[in-house]
Order: sequence, then structure tokens, then C-alpha cells
Amino acid sequence: MLDQLFVHATRGLLTLPGRMLPPALNAWVGLLLPIAAIAALAPAVMMYLTWLERKIIARMQNRLGPNRVGLFGLTQPLADGVKMLIKEDIVPAGADRLLHVIAPVTALLPAILLFAVLPVGRNMAAVDLNVGALYILAVSSISSLAVFMGGWASRNKFSVLGAMRAVAQIISYEVPSVLSVVAVIMVTGSLSLVAVVNAQAEGWFIATPWGAVAALTFFLSGIAEVNRTPFDMPEAESELVAGFHTEYSGMKFALWYMAEFLEAFAVCAFTTTLFLGGWQGPAWPVWPWCLAAALVLASARTLAGPLRLLGLLGCAWAAVALRSEVVPSWAWFLLKTYALVFVLVWLRGTFPRLRADQLMGFAWKFLLPLALVNIIAAGCWSVWPGLRGSLIALGLLVGSAWALIRVNAPASEQRRTYVLVE
Amino acid sequence: MIGVGVLKGMAVTLRQFVGTYPAGRVLLKALHLPEGNGIFTISYPETKQQHAERFRYFPFLVYDATPDNLRCVACRICEQECPPQCIHITMAKDEQNRPLKANGRTFPAQFDIDVSICMSCRICVDVCPFEAIEMDNRHEIATHARGPELLFDKTELLRSAEYFQQIKPTEAAVVNQRLVAKAAKSQPPKPAAASTPPAA
Repeated sequence: MLDQLFVHATRGLLTLPGRMLPPALNAWVGLLLPIAAIAALAPAVMMYLTWLERKIIARMQNRLGPNRVGLFGLTQPLADGVKMLIKEDIVPAGADRLLHVIAPVTALLPAILLFAVLPVGRNMAAVDLNVGALYILAVSSISSLAVFMGGWASRNKFSVLGAMRAVAQIISYEVPSVLSVVAVIMVTGSLSLVAVVNAQAEGWFIATPWGAVAALTFFLSGIAEVNRTPFDMPEAESELVAGFHTEYSGMKFALWYMAEFLEAFAVCAFTTTLFLGGWQGPAWPVWPWCLAAALVLASARTLAGPLRLLGLLGCAWAAVALRSEVVPSWAWFLLKTYALVFVLVWLRGTFPRLRADQLMGFAWKFLLPLALVNIIAAGCWSVWPGLRGSLIALGLLVGSAWALIRVNAPASEQRRTYVLVE
Repeated sequence: MIGVGVLKGMAVTLRQFVGTYPAGRVLLKALHLPEGNGIFTISYPETKQQHAERFRYFPFLVYDATPDNLRCVACRICEQECPPQCIHITMAKDEQNRPLKANGRTFPAQFDIDVSICMSCRICVDVCPFEAIEMDNRHEIATHARGPELLFDKTELLRSAEYFQQIKPTEAAVVNQRLVAKAAKSQPPKPAAASTPPAA
């Protein structure tokens, strides 16, 4: 019921005016509805991603984060939006006015287009393209063009430097990213994302040796492609003012931000779709574990009373919910995606920025060979089903990862010691 | 082992994250993990930070007992010493341009401090031979405009010696000691003479 809520709602909306509208127009309405939904939800998602990021980062730094505008600062994104809208829109003297204007739009468009093929729930994909995986890889790489456009059109050395770094980085990380998707495509035998999610009904791909490596590769290169910390060289504040969007202000700047956040969200969403089972609930019976956890919590004497009760109720409730499968598919999808968003922010809260050579080295010397080996491992896994294939794949991956780490180890690791002369 | 440092770092931030929630602190305690620092910030207008006794912002004029009994004699040393020159003093004088006196001392007719210029250096306090000027810890003086709102005149700058005692007990005790010593020194040889400024 709840699972197919939106599907039924769409169908209802289509049949209701369908009686009044000519059939030809009905098809258009069917096409426009998902478009409208995506176009309306994308800015909302982006706005609250900024809020979420600020809140989580603040907590990691022992601060409260936005807490003045509305309850828990929940209307802070709206205030920010208004601020952005009423700010002056500056085009620097000598800038290429046309490119300067269309660059943020070019960045935002692919970020929104990405969501067209995303299976958000059971029967809930705006379009089930049979080349969905190819589509996301192709569309997401448009953003590097937009970034360079914006940097170049600004006529500012920091912008150009940032843009150049961005292009180098995005192109480098595109390679391992695509190669990690290749493994998924090989195993599922389809480029359609809906088929990829359906193939994970028996087990999420992240639970296989090749899937774990591919997920990590895809997620890390995804972070690098959307220029987020620790791979945010193109926007390195301490070096490049703000990188490619130095010369942007007002709503155009907001568009850059929106594109960036939507792409980050897309990275999480597609990692979920490709490796974490998409909208599928847990593929293994988890509810006995929840029940066991409930019992353990109930019998734990060292814990405080209310905590035990709460834990017991929570775990028992989770067990019942999982057993009866009442959690709608889109809720599973959102849960997993936002968990990944948390990881994204968590990474940002933890790590300092990489150096340019470390960044490139990580892509070309570690991720790329590992992704190549991973394709072989995925092949082995699907040729020999069962434990044998898994072990062979695991051995291959662990061995190659070890070898890569050894090969890439810094030539001289011994520390310098300084002796004070008396 | 490569990668362990990365995970360790992430564990630290996660622990700090969890430790900012009361429930999270309970959880960390139950797991026998260090609880992290918790929320550092205070919600400013609702809760205020207790600032140190020596915290200072801009000077005020000290009076004893009644507001017309100023310690200041309008000698203008502080005006001359003030690095950003935010103090402006004119001595009270009669028509013949002779200094007026109240309580046996000359006194300022006008004593203005432009608080927007004051840099809180406390030099005026150090150079004052009469302990007539001290540093206030009032700091919530934001206004909607620069200019007259932040130009504090004599009435706005007046504060009693008790107030000084109250906000800075340690400093006030030292000042009082000095004043008592000075009174004892100036009293015996010539009673009822005008107090001579000691070496600063």
C-alpha cells in the first residue's frame, strides 16, 4: 500500500484527467509528471542537504550549527535562498558574459537529469532506460565542461587554476569510476538500473568481494568527481580563493552550489542503486538479529533502565517492521542514500585536503589498477558460483591491493632525526 | 597497516559527533568510550559567558559617594596619552577662565570617550595619577549607527567606586590600597593641602 503510494498516485492523476483530455495529451501528462516531481524535489533536496551538512559538520566540531532560523534552524535554507536571490549579480569586467551566464546552468542541468533514470522505489523510476548506467556516466561527465566554462569565462587566474584542476581531477577519476561500474554491468548483464536493482534481490553487491571493492572505488571517485573534501582541490579556499566559482555571486553562485550538492546526492544515490541494493530491503533475514539485540539489551544489567527499555522497544519494533516488510521501498532507498550522505559529510569532517600529486596518484596508481583487477575478480565470481568464486575473487583483490600498496609505498620512509650539536 | 589511520581518524570525528547528544553520551559511556568534548558553544543572548575578572572593554569615570564627587581633576594626561585619541576633556572654568573647583578639586566640564575608536588598551588607566579612570567590562553596546550613539559623555561614563569594587574586586583592592597610602602620605605634613600628584 504505502510502498506503491506514489505509483498509484501518479496513475490516479493520469486516469483522472484522462477522461477529459484527449489520449494524445495524456501521454504528455504522463511524461511531464515525473519531470515536474524531479524539478520540484531537486532544489528541496539540495536545500536540506546544505542544512544537513552544516548540522553534521557542526556536531563533529562540537558546535550546534544553524539553530536560529526556525526550529533547529530548519528554515535556514530558505533564508539562505532569499539572501542569494537578492544579492547583486556581478559579471567581472573582461569576462565572457555569455559563457559566464550559461556555465552554472550547464552544471546544474546534468545534475538534475541524472535523477531521471534513478529507481527510487519499486516501479518508481521516471524512465527505465535500457542504457541507464551508460546514461549516468555520460551525463555526469558534462559537469567538467561546465566547470571549465565557468572558470575560463570568469577571466580570473584563480578561477582558471581551479577549473584546470577540476578538469584534470574529474577526467582522472572518471576512469576508475566507469571501470567499477563495468563489473556490475558484467554480473547483471544489463545496463538498465532497474535491472541492476532487481539483480540484487538475493544479495546486495557490496556483500561480494568484487562488489565491496567496486563500491569503494565508485564512491571515492564519485566524491572526487564532485570536488568534495578531501578531494576539493578545485575549490581549495586556502590556495584558490574559491576555485572556479570565485567570480560568481548571487543566484549564479547558488546554482553552482546546487549543482554540486545534487551531484553529491546523485553519487550517494547511484552507489546505493548499484551496490547497496537500491530500493530493496535487506536481502538476508535481519529480523532475528534485531530480536536477539532486543533480548541482549533487555538483559544488559550495566545499562540504565530507560536506555534498556528504549533499546528493547526499538529493536523489537525494528524486528517486527523488518519481518512484516512494511517499510516502503522508497524509504529503504532514502535511508541508504542519506546514510551515504552522512558518510560523505563525515569524510569532510575528518580529512584534510589532499595534495595535487597525491590526488592524481590515488586515481591512477591505486584505484585504476584495482578497478581493472576487480573486473577480472567479478568475472571469476560469476564463472564459479558459490564459495570458490568468492574466494578466488577475494584472493585476487587482496593480493593486488597489497601489491599496489607495496609498489606505491614512498621510496624512503625513514624519518629524519635531528641531533643537536652541543 | 595501511588504512587504519584513516579509520581511526573517522572514529574520532564520529565519537565527537555522537558525544554532542545527551543520548549519545550515555551510549558512549555504556560502551566505555571517551565521551568527547560535547557542545562547546553557548547560545549567546540566552546564556552568557562568565568573562574573566580582568576582561575590559572601555574606560569609565570613577566617583566616590555622589556623582558630583569625581576623582578626575581634568588634568588631561589620559587625553594626551590615548593612542587612538578617543578621549576629549575640557576643564570646568568660570568667565575669567579660572578653573572651577568642587570638593577642593578641579573637575571636567566635558569628558567624552568615543567608544567606537577606543582600542581597550588601558593606557589611560595606567597614566591616571588620581585613579579616576578605570576599565569597564560592559560590552553589549551595539547601536544601529556610528557617531553620536557611541560617543559616550560624562553622564554615561560615570560609575561609582562600588561598581568598580563589584566588577573587579582584585583590581579595586589594589587601587584602594594605593589611595589609602597616598592619603596617609599627604595628610601629616600639611593638612588640608591640595593633593600633589605622585610619580606615576
